[in-house]
Amino acid sequence: MALPFWLCSAQSDFVTAETPARVVVKAGETAVSKIQFRLASGYHTNSNTPSDEFLIPLRLTWEAAPLEVLAVTYPKPHLEKYKFSEKPLSVFTGEFDIATRFKAPPTAPKGARVLTGKLRYQACSDNACYPPKTVTVKLPVEVR
Amino acid sequence: MTTAVLVSVGCSGGSPTSAAAAVKPEAKRRPAPDFSLKDAMGRAVTLAEYKGKVVLLNFWATWCGPCKIEIPWFVEFEQKYKDKGFAVLGVSMDEEGFAVVRPFVDKNQINYRMVIGNDSVAQQYGGVDALPSSFIIDKEGRIAATHVGLVSKGEYARDIDALLGIKKSGVRRDGAPVLALFRAE
Repeated sequence: MALPFWLCSAQSDFVTAETPARVVVKAGETAVSKIQFRLASGYHTNSNTPSDEFLIPLRLTWEAAPLEVLAVTYPKPHLEKYKFSEKPLSVFTGEFDIATRFKAPPTAPKGARVLTGKLRYQACSDNACYPPKTVTVKLPVEVR
Repeated sequence: MTTAVLVSVGCSGGSPTSAAAAVKPEAKRRPAPDFSLKDAMGRAVTLAEYKGKVVLLNFWATWCGPCKIEIPWFVEFEQKYKDKGFAVLGVSMDEEGFAVVRPFVDKNQINYRMVIGNDSVAQQYGGVDALPSSFIIDKEGRIAATHVGLVSKGEYARDIDALLGIKKSGVRRDGAPVLALFRAE
């Protein structure tokens, strides 16, 4: 069972991550981990596909060895207009899930391990922005 | 010596100004911390070299949307007031430095000096976590006003005018001249 947000150690200033469920994968096969993130009320982050070349995209990266990351799938962003933007911006707000598909190579050693994920994001309110931050996620994995 | 003078203001339009309404009284201003940061040419820029000028010190970043609203105002202020003892100094907090700032400056035709900031300078100015953060510095090198987050162009203009001693004229809604209290120093 996942811990509630407020008990989770993977916290940063604006985004918190739910402790992810353990992933079980057979050697030579794939498995998906879905992690829920929550952004503090009153803030937004750029999505993974921001609207402007200078904006910093949200990115989830993994130290996945000996597993491989096949794909990271982000939610559909919102297009929202803020008082500082002439055009609607591609953003995430509130709660959002990011799914990662891992592959365990046939030669992957069997057993339990913990993978480290890092979500880099850059948050803004309606009238100010904050430096990019990173929230770390620990994902328990068992290769069978 | 400070003298309060009651003057009659003409009818050239605009809002009546309450002089120095947003800037701190002189006695409450603290010295702006000096720093040495590099400009795009690699030259050291210090705040001390601006002594004698009113400075709008603007902490910003290319990834900061609200900052981009203010920048055209600052370009206008630099153009309008540069011969009146005023300067804008931009401090970019972009980690990638001029690699990202230079294209932004070129694209937006920024006409004022730009340097790359660091955590040490940010700490001297209270952390500067929220961008934009701007400090209006008087001719004696003291912080007269601070703006965190996006504020209106008018607020900046009011601060600058007050520190440069530029008197604004105005009219009442009924068109009669406005009496305003100005401080002569």
